[in-house]
Amino acid sequence: MSGVRVLVGTRKGAFILTSDAKREQWDISGPHFAGWEIYHLKGSPADPNRLYASQTSGWFGQIIQRSDDGGKTWHQPGTPPGEPTTTPKGMPKGESNKFVYDTSAETGKPLTTHQWYDGTPHPWEFKRVWHLEPSLTDPDTVYAGVEDAALFRSTDGGKSWQELSGLRGHGSGPHWQPGAGGMCLHTILLDPSNSKRIFTAISAAGAFRTDDGGKTWQPINRGLHSLYIPNPTAEVGHCVHRIAMHRSRPGVLFMQKHWDVMRSDNAGDSWQEISGNLPTDFGFVIDVHAHEPDTVYVVPIKSDSEHFPADGKLRVYRSRTGGNEWEALTKGLPQKDCYVNVLRDAMAIDSLDKCGVYFGTTGGQVYGSADAGDSWAPIVRDLPAVVSVEVQTLS
Amino acid sequence: MIRVTLPPHLRKLAQVDGEVMLNVEGSVTQRSVLDALEANYPMLRGTIRDHATQKRRAFVRFFACGEDLSHEPPEAALPDAVASGAEPFMIVGAIAGG
Repeated sequence: MSGVRVLVGTRKGAFILTSDAKREQWDISGPHFAGWEIYHLKGSPADPNRLYASQTSGWFGQIIQRSDDGGKTWHQPGTPPGEPTTTPKGMPKGESNKFVYDTSAETGKPLTTHQWYDGTPHPWEFKRVWHLEPSLTDPDTVYAGVEDAALFRSTDGGKSWQELSGLRGHGSGPHWQPGAGGMCLHTILLDPSNSKRIFTAISAAGAFRTDDGGKTWQPINRGLHSLYIPNPTAEVGHCVHRIAMHRSRPGVLFMQKHWDVMRSDNAGDSWQEISGNLPTDFGFVIDVHAHEPDTVYVVPIKSDSEHFPADGKLRVYRSRTGGNEWEALTKGLPQKDCYVNVLRDAMAIDSLDKCGVYFGTTGGQVYGSADAGDSWAPIVRDLPAVVSVEVQTLS
Repeated sequence: MIRVTLPPHLRKLAQVDGEVMLNVEGSVTQRSVLDALEANYPMLRGTIRDHATQKRRAFVRFFACGEDLSHEPPEAALPDAVASGAEPFMIVGAIAGG
């Protein structure tokens, strides 16, 4: 029997919401890792029982958690308690929370600084993992987007991590600077038709693409226009909040930028604005319908200084035309006195028919729609502030 | 045996209740105690000291015998009462309340 598993990361733990295909009755488990910030959880497309979670704390740093049974039990990949932390030859074993920037001369152009908020040079310092993206084909391979912005990869199930340093070192890195939430690599899109192609997005640097499996990268920001940087059309410096694609058409990308909703029809080589009739084009999330590649969802937020819906009305906007023409989806969502935010990793779409759409708020609600957005209901409404939402469609 | 208390988040991570008891060989210092702690509980590596630099994380403090030892050199001997097990070596999340 088919069903769904919704993975929710919050400021104080992780929660797992499960339902059958009707998506009417939900079981809630959690909090997992209570008290810790869970920036992101995601399941492997190749093995739905394999989940990865980013557990983090301003006090105690980064932890990676892994489940091999769909979230019933979790462990830190790597050395079990009581086992030596070195190999018989004295070499350190892999450590699942060890993210060390590549400074070797062999791998390209290691960097020492990026820009701080005031434009002065600032050293790269690892802070946390924002996003985990499991491989489409191998459960043991997973990518991590981190703050300060860099891309790491594990090929041993999260036991050890290596930086794909070509991204940080491709040339524009010294000009990257933090967004309000830090200088984070928050979006990783794997092209299902080309295993060598990966898209990433960094706040506030922009979008980047590799066509050779991560060795070399290029900025893909032509067409973006950002008034908050000295040169509004600069190659880098744009605060891209989120990128989404449809599996069947990976060359078409949709972007929610700080301001502006954008579309590319050539894998990011150029972008056009598709904000159209949105009430505001500021926002964080963007996602694509499971079965209709030109149906796109966003949640407009009033402005970059007022991170809540305009007029106190929580509205998802849907375009069935690939942008420009948007309709407000309000049935079941609060239409007065609502002042929550929906963060960039907090929307997900299942692949049932009709597809389910889910999003979480900083007020602790997770809303779900089992009819592609036509109507909504809270699945749970009093969680800690929601940071991320992912969904697995189970058969 | 050396007694070590962990903050709640790290107790949960290490799956322990109450104090941790450690056998430390040689001189009893911050470094030798933390080395022993991480050897017995490798899931704590990187949570108290930075992986690469071995420096104390900024929001972690070390107390013992009513004193703040956070800024003592890692090689400095810990108080005799810690070495004898009479008093615990306390690893504390910074910020006294709130």
